[in-house]
Amino acid sequence: MKIRKNEVHGREKIELQMTPMIDIVFQLLVFFIMTFKIVAMEGDFNIKMPQASAGQATTEVPPIPLVVKLNASDSGKLTSVLLNGRAMPGNSDLDFMRALQKKIIDLIDGKSGPGSLQEEGEIEIDAASHLKYHYVIQTITAVTGKVGEDGKIIKLIEKIKFSPGGEAG
Amino acid sequence: MKIKKNTREIAEGDLTPMIDMTFQLIAFFMVLINFTQAEQDQRIKLPLSELAKPPEAPLENAVTLQIFIDNKEKVAKGIDKEEITVVRFDGDDYNFVDLKKRLIVERQARSGPNDEADAENEITVIIRGDMDVQAGKVQELIKLCQDVKFEKFALRAKQEVKY
Repeated sequence: MKIRKNEVHGREKIELQMTPMIDIVFQLLVFFIMTFKIVAMEGDFNIKMPQASAGQATTEVPPIPLVVKLNASDSGKLTSVLLNGRAMPGNSDLDFMRALQKKIIDLIDGKSGPGSLQEEGEIEIDAASHLKYHYVIQTITAVTGKVGEDGKIIKLIEKIKFSPGGEAG
Repeated sequence: MKIKKNTREIAEGDLTPMIDMTFQLIAFFMVLINFTQAEQDQRIKLPLSELAKPPEAPLENAVTLQIFIDNKEKVAKGIDKEEITVVRFDGDDYNFVDLKKRLIVERQARSGPNDEADAENEITVIIRGDMDVQAGKVQELIKLCQDVKFEKFALRAKQEVKY
C-alpha cells in the first residue's frame, strides 16, 4: 500500500505565516508612534468659596487677614503686587512673586499644625479686573507652596479666596 | 564525487524576539496615548504652574467650564477692539447670561429634586481658563457659579516642567 509522505508520521507540520502579522503589527506601531504626543500633566488648585449670604455671620475670621492686591496696566500686565497694602519690591512679575513668597514664608515662620497661620490663614486675592489670568495663577502658586531644592513641595497657605466684587482698577 | 545534500540552506531569521519587542512597543504607546484630550480644547492655553500636580484620583462629580477669548487672533491683529470672552460647557459656547440658565438646569439634574447636594457629593467646578483671559471674567464666572450654588472650585493649570 502506498502511504503518503505526509502521513508517515500521522501529523502535518503547520507553519505560521508570519508576514501578514508583522505587516499589521508594524502598521499599529507606526500609528501609535505618530499619534503619540507628550502632554504636560494638568493639575488643580482647589478653592472653596461658598457664597456669603447677607444674614450669615462670618465666624471664621483668619487670625491675620492677608490681602494680596494685584494691579495691572491697561494691557493686562502685572504692574505691582501689594500684600496688606505694602508693595512688593521688584521690576518684573517674577520679582514680585519671589518677594511675595518670601514674605509669606517669613510670616509662617516655619510653624505648622493647628492654629498656625499655615493652617488657618487665608489669602484674599484682589485682582484688577483686566489683569491677565495667568498672573492670578502665578500668585496662587507663589502663596500656596514652594518647590524645595529636593523637589518636594513645601506647603504655605492653601486657603485662597477672591475678593468679592473684584472690580478694582 | 559525493556532493553534500545541504549546500544551500534557506536562511531563516528567528522572528520571535523581533515580534516580542514590537508588541512591547505597541503596548507602551497604547498605554501612554492620552485619550482624555477629547474634552480638552486646543484653543485654550492653560497658565503654567510648578505646583499643578495631577490629582491622585479624578474628580468624580465635576463640571468643566472652559473660559477663553473667542476673538483672540482678531484682537491681536487689531481687527477687533473688545475681547469677547466665552465659556465652553459640554461642547457648546455660552455667554454668561446663557451659561447661568444652563448651569441651573445642570445643577438640578445632578442634585436631584430636593436640590440638596450632600457634602460628599458636592459638585466641583473645574475652571480651565486661557492664560490671557481677564481675571475679572474668571471672577465673574466664579460669582455666577456661586449664584447657582456651586461652592467648590478647581482652577486648572498646566504643570510646568523644569528641566
